[in-house]
Amino acid sequence: MNNAGTSRSGTPQILFGLAVGILVIFVAVPVLLIFFNALWVHGRFNVADVVNVLREPDTYKALLNSLILASGVTVTGTLVGTFFAWLVTRTDLPYKGAMKVLFLVPFMLPSFIGALAWKMLLSPRSGYINRLFVDVFGFDGPVFNIYSYGGIIAVETMYLFPFVFIQVCGALERMDPTLEESARISGADLFTITRKITIPLVLPSILSGSLLIMLYSMAHFGTVAVLGIEAGIYNIPTLIYERIHQSAGSFDAIRTGTVLSMVLVFTAAFIIWLQNKVLARGRYQIIAGKSFRPAELKLRGLRVPLLLFCFAYIGFTIVLPTTTIFMVGGLRTYGLPFALENMTLDNYHHILFEWDLTRDAIWNSISLGLASALITMFAGVIISYVIVKMKVRGKGLLEFLGMLPFSVPGSVIALGVILAWSGKFGINLYNTVWIILIAYIARYMAFSLKANSAALEQVHDSLVEAARASGATMWQALRDIVIPLVRPGMVAAFFLIFLPALRELTVSVLLYGPTSRTIGVAIYTLSEDGRFRSRPRSRARRVRGHAGAVRLRQDHDAAHGSGLRRYR
Amino acid sequence: MVAGFEDIDEGEIVAGDKVLSSKSRNYYLPPEKRDFGMVFQAFAVWPHMSVYENVAFPLRVRKLPAAEVERRVREALAHTNLLGVAASRPDDLSGGGKQRVALARALAIQPVVMLLDEPLSSLDPHFREEMRFEIKDIQRRLGFSILYVTHDQSEAMALSDRILVMKNGVVQQVGTPAEVYFHPGNRFVFGFIGLSSFLRVSFAGGGIQVGDAPMPLAVADSAPAELVGTGEAVLAVRPTDVDFVSEGGLRGVVRRRSYLGEIVDYQIAVGAQVLRVQKLRYEAGPQAGENCGVTFARSNWYPINETGFM
Amino acid sequence: MGGIRIEGLVKSYGARKVLDGLDLTVEAGECFTLLGPSACGKTVLMRLLAGFETPDAGRIVIGDTLVAGTGVHVPPDRRGIGMVFQDYAVWPHMSVRDNVAYPLKIAGIAADVRAGRTQTAIGQVGLAGLEQRMPSQLSGGQQQRVALARALVSKPALLLLDEPLNNLDANLREEMRFEIRELQQRLGITVIYVTHDQEIALALSDRLAVMDEKGCLRQVGAPDALFDRPADAYVYRFLGVANFIPVRKSAAGWRLPDGVTEWVGPLPDREGGHLAAGFRPNDVALSRSGAGLPGIVRRASFLGAQTDYLIEVGGVTLRAATDSRRAGAGGQLFRDNEPCRIGFHAVQWFDELDATGTVNAEDVSATTSGAGHE
Repeated sequence: MNNAGTSRSGTPQILFGLAVGILVIFVAVPVLLIFFNALWVHGRFNVADVVNVLREPDTYKALLNSLILASGVTVTGTLVGTFFAWLVTRTDLPYKGAMKVLFLVPFMLPSFIGALAWKMLLSPRSGYINRLFVDVFGFDGPVFNIYSYGGIIAVETMYLFPFVFIQVCGALERMDPTLEESARISGADLFTITRKITIPLVLPSILSGSLLIMLYSMAHFGTVAVLGIEAGIYNIPTLIYERIHQSAGSFDAIRTGTVLSMVLVFTAAFIIWLQNKVLARGRYQIIAGKSFRPAELKLRGLRVPLLLFCFAYIGFTIVLPTTTIFMVGGLRTYGLPFALENMTLDNYHHILFEWDLTRDAIWNSISLGLASALITMFAGVIISYVIVKMKVRGKGLLEFLGMLPFSVPGSVIALGVILAWSGKFGINLYNTVWIILIAYIARYMAFSLKANSAALEQVHDSLVEAARASGATMWQALRDIVIPLVRPGMVAAFFLIFLPALRELTVSVLLYGPTSRTIGVAIYTLSEDGRFRSRPRSRARRVRGHAGAVRLRQDHDAAHGSGLRRYR
Repeated sequence: MVAGFEDIDEGEIVAGDKVLSSKSRNYYLPPEKRDFGMVFQAFAVWPHMSVYENVAFPLRVRKLPAAEVERRVREALAHTNLLGVAASRPDDLSGGGKQRVALARALAIQPVVMLLDEPLSSLDPHFREEMRFEIKDIQRRLGFSILYVTHDQSEAMALSDRILVMKNGVVQQVGTPAEVYFHPGNRFVFGFIGLSSFLRVSFAGGGIQVGDAPMPLAVADSAPAELVGTGEAVLAVRPTDVDFVSEGGLRGVVRRRSYLGEIVDYQIAVGAQVLRVQKLRYEAGPQAGENCGVTFARSNWYPINETGFM
Repeated sequence: MGGIRIEGLVKSYGARKVLDGLDLTVEAGECFTLLGPSACGKTVLMRLLAGFETPDAGRIVIGDTLVAGTGVHVPPDRRGIGMVFQDYAVWPHMSVRDNVAYPLKIAGIAADVRAGRTQTAIGQVGLAGLEQRMPSQLSGGQQQRVALARALVSKPALLLLDEPLNNLDANLREEMRFEIRELQQRLGITVIYVTHDQEIALALSDRLAVMDEKGCLRQVGAPDALFDRPADAYVYRFLGVANFIPVRKSAAGWRLPDGVTEWVGPLPDREGGHLAAGFRPNDVALSRSGAGLPGIVRRASFLGAQTDYLIEVGGVTLRAATDSRRAGAGGQLFRDNEPCRIGFHAVQWFDELDATGTVNAEDVSATTSGAGHE
């Protein structure tokens, strides 16, 4: 569709302007303000100050920690993900189908709640498992201290390895079996084939999955906040949070935050650039149509042990923490042993219906989730349509703007939104739910763009042109052909946004005010309360906080699970 | 099954004097031990290795000495005209180039038997023609056996010493290209090998009828007596074996005349049935809508109730 | 009504000029084919006609209406054309009936009239009984018929077909091209057909145009005119497998490039000292003795109705094809490395430079397909 093709209506110009406008207001302005704030001190450009901030021991340490944690999680997550992917696609492991679904479950669970569960199980003094070993088996000290690099890496790995798992499973399943068969006929045994042919061929998928883990882990707030602060382990997002909260938004704190954010943005941009490079260079044409199934590696004697290992892994990483949360939520008082007479449902009732703090949080999260999902879904369709389908001048700019949401981590968005919407431009939304809504829209735009442009790319240009040749105007073609065909992508975008938004923590923790707590914030702050105060009353509260979280989480997980299965 | 990716339920496969699979002896040799060369329809060259590495792979897994590997790879690449691109990645080559790499890789182990599974059907028509002659040349030079699987009859004709025509897993005929073309064993083979028209005819009182039109006896080869006895039969004719005559012959009307360049294609309506005729463009023929007579230089008779009418 | 007049059409993409001053007139009721290699601008011309692109200069008149010209651009939905795309472009979320009825619905035709005309169009393409099916339940050939019915339902005076048969298998392609031809003649509409397949072009068209990769029309005319009297070697190559033997004038007569072998056959009908004799595989008459160029059979392949030969003569390699039946009857079947004599049924003369130097081999490779079939 050429611009002159619709010179009468000007439709392309309207759509283009709308798309650019949304991206500039919601994404570009906050990011620009961060850069401006970091580099522009006392009315002049100042790089030396940036370097000074980075050389402070705290910030330097946080940078290093982010790097250590992200690298650790990337390595372990890649190994775990690749191993399980290979196991369920290329071996004769029993129950492979069910196993494949089970390995995806961690993806749907919010990792910071998992971290809370692990804290209850493995904190050095009061963790149930540690206490079990000390009390029952007479150990001298805790078996494992979850408040450590190892602990954080282990917990993050449990929740992030599916990034690699999904990518590698997909690649292995779609791979042309004759690539492996031709190696067999060449005289290679299955082990050699796996080593020399299969793994190298899926290497691009493995790498692209690991970079996703890295991207995510770099900017991850929840797990580190729950498990790291006790041991003094801060990464960039938790340090930003700590600074801003302690100093109640002072100029220095904001500046440190913006400088750290800049580092995050650059790292993320670098990772995305790397990923595009890997994909562009390494996407081999290994996909082919039907053929016979590829040969399965016979595990023979290892079959049962490996199956038990998989069960153990799933039991340990999914079932154990989930039940723990549930059980603790049902306790009359945190710290009591798990006995039937100590259990009650009162906690759940109290949290859901009586206590206004949690009731408000639930209400806030649901309305924020719905609103941001709806707005982002429609905005995503418009922007993707302009990027994927239209030929308009200035599209390069739009494509660049469209890439931005992917590379801006949540805490950066939160900070940028604070800078942009706390009165600087005459509108002060600070401490209201509206500022959180704006931040959610910016944060989840990437999901919507991804889902919608994938759907739009399936809609071949000729389908629209056929409608035009049939006499339909551009609007009629959009209404009758394009929108019905991308509807699955729009629904997918809605759920991809609504469900994570319900349990969002990274952004809301920096933006919430007295009346705008979200579920994530409520759980997190209640658990923080528990850390600082030791009065029994607040303990009970904290426990109830967990209980509420658990209940809600189960609800979303059910919905989220079906959503993912249908639209992934 | 010949390659060894599938086991057999019954019977025996022997190559040379080596038993590959045998149910009675309960023996099965896995594919990697059969020492076959194989080329697949989808090329199946490994994109992460250079052309050279692809071809060297089967030799390396056999742990041949480096010098021997080098020599044999060069030889295989020379046979397939790939020496110039030995260092490139397969993805930089065209479809034909990739298929040559697959061929070179299969040649490298100097197999006695080569299995080719529709190796040319992913190529565009021009390359397909060129490659089939290339494969034939290499096969003649090196003297191995080829088992070639295809659905393209012209490929089979051009390439083979002998052809086996198969339908639903049942062997229809085995023979040289000339045998299956000139003496198809049944109607399916006739229809499968080359263009064909089939006319239903009936025998009555010593005469032959094509629908309502009488067919003079001299028009076609005479029908075998046992078919005449059944009262009906199918007359199978190839479009190029039909000649036009102005007088006599089997009469029909030119329903369509299509100019295809070198060839002119006619559809002749004989009663309710249609006969296809092809003539070179400098041979005379009737115009569309005209009456014409045809005779058959060569024709085959088949029983009416044979399955596999095409 | 329904004819097309194209004058001085120019279209560039960036620095690449795809069309440069193209003129073409198509009569009403004509089946006209644009034949050219891939990426030669024939699809661009089609899209200009449909209105999906605007020309940089020049005019397009469809019927009596100026649809593209200086300051004028009629959008595709107002040109009243039917169009069928290479990838069918059948809307996957609508049934066969809804697909076909859509153009009428957009035009605001009353529901009862619409139902009748939709049914007629579905019947015309032989899909009656499948109205309720969704496109995913149809074969490729059936989907293409839906696209055809959808293009025909609003009774356009002009139908544009963009390689509509490319994605179909060989048998279906042959069947469909006859069907399209019959529909066109029955409905009396103007058809512009774009393809790179010379066999379809020859079989289908009243007239055709051969386009080169620079977007120039090399020759426009009836199929047999182009085949028997090609304007240049490009057209000759494009329409089938082509052999060229360079022939040079010397004191003793016409000789082949080796300087020794004397040309035997029809004498040149054009001026110049460096010429090339062009002929098709089937234009060759092989014999064991008698008049003709002396050659050696390098490769004989029995292909059924025809036997294909690769023959070397005077340093030139050429392809010949003979009728297996007649050659067999006359004892004229050759084996590899046997000597033979080459005579000709027909020869076209070209300038040597034109025949050997101007055409990129890559483009020809795409065009010689199909001609080798028997």
